[in-house]
Amino acid sequence: MKFASEFRDPTLAKALLARIAGVADQIGATREKPIHIMEICGGHTHSIFRYGLDKLIHPGVEFIHGPGCPVCVLPMSRVDECVEIAMRPGVIFTTFGDAMRVPGHKMSLMQAKAQGADIRMVYSPLDALELARRNPDREVVFFGLGFETTTPSTALSIQAAAREGLTNFGVFCNHITVPEPIKALLDDPHMVLDGFIGPGHVSMVIGTHPYDFIAQNYGKPIVVAGFEPTDLLQSVLMVLMQIAEGRAAVENQYARVVPENGNPVSLAAIADVYERRPSFEWRGLGEIDASGLRIRPKYRAFDAEEKFGIGYAVGRKAYEEPEGCACGAVMTGRIKPTACPQFGKGCTPDMPLGALMVSSEGACAAYWQYGGSRGMAAG
Amino acid sequence: MCLGIPGRIVAITDEARQMALAEISGVRREVNVACIADGPLEDLVGEWALIHVGFAMSRIDPDEAERTLQALRDLGEAQEALDAMAEGQKALEAAR
Repeated sequence: MKFASEFRDPTLAKALLARIAGVADQIGATREKPIHIMEICGGHTHSIFRYGLDKLIHPGVEFIHGPGCPVCVLPMSRVDECVEIAMRPGVIFTTFGDAMRVPGHKMSLMQAKAQGADIRMVYSPLDALELARRNPDREVVFFGLGFETTTPSTALSIQAAAREGLTNFGVFCNHITVPEPIKALLDDPHMVLDGFIGPGHVSMVIGTHPYDFIAQNYGKPIVVAGFEPTDLLQSVLMVLMQIAEGRAAVENQYARVVPENGNPVSLAAIADVYERRPSFEWRGLGEIDASGLRIRPKYRAFDAEEKFGIGYAVGRKAYEEPEGCACGAVMTGRIKPTACPQFGKGCTPDMPLGALMVSSEGACAAYWQYGGSRGMAAG
Repeated sequence: MCLGIPGRIVAITDEARQMALAEISGVRREVNVACIADGPLEDLVGEWALIHVGFAMSRIDPDEAERTLQALRDLGEAQEALDAMAEGQKALEAAR
């Protein structure tokens, strides 16, 4: 049986599921009137589907998949801008592999590479830095992508480039932050969220205090969680207990990795290199105030946006999604992936139309790979 | 790219740049240890850390390393990280 063989600790998982069911019953959560818990992090989304937690859990608990997959929330226009930079003569454009297949309006980075652009997949911005050292006659650009987990890596790389006096290294900065879109979601009158599972590795960098506003100003519980299925179940239980007790607090289920105040070296590097943009565009969510980072003027020499006169440096085009793509509605929890008219038809992992189908952390790709939600399985 | 992968620091390679060699699921690669350094770098040798895109971000104990690695293997993320490291190596070697 899947359940027994796949969980590292099936006894613990069963006990947690039983306790969740008890508390869910106690607070009157039912399939018709469920408690909505958003897992913010795409890694958690993946784990929930991988272990079928959405099917095993009490029917009164519904997971809403949050905007925590950086590839998925990347607007198409930013991909266009990547392609534009990559096509410039003399440029070596470096990127995490995850971003290669994200569609732009004209093409993805993968397609641009096929057309002759020198685009290289790297594991780390350190690889891009090394490429810049080895190719002094080329302009090496790193596609800086991700939440607070990857932001320190590009900040430290830019600091290193500055120390070494490299003049042919730049970062196309698309770093985004977790708390701001959560605030935007909470301010959305259509959103009915009862609590949150907070991201584990983001919180390792920023600590747990940036989430204080969720409990204090919005009265919603949030529990920072690890990635094992039992971590997630325990965190759901902690959220439900807060609801049952009429509390809202920031709790840390993943204290074995997440310090309350985050990682000081990372935070110092981020603060030194980056500042907040007034706003940044999120696919499916639109422009969100103060949700993106840009490179501070003192490191302007390493800012690809400035170097190439692109993106926010020159003003940007209006927000647009491809015809029939419902990534936005899925991202805000308004519809399930399977309700998108393109799901499995015009949009599959092999031929993605929307970004949620590209990354294994996207809700649509997870539905596709693991056979979808309880609703589908029961239907 | 968002999930860190556990690795064990096996040697310090460049004191000034705060670089070390880490063994990650049997693969060795150079990582930056600035974020976990709170004393002489040599003290890090033998320690486990969560490594994000080439940067050691948090020290963890061996049991946590094993649990995390298992979770990442289940999700296919461990292989993804190793593939990405191999791609990174190729990117450095590709000459144009």
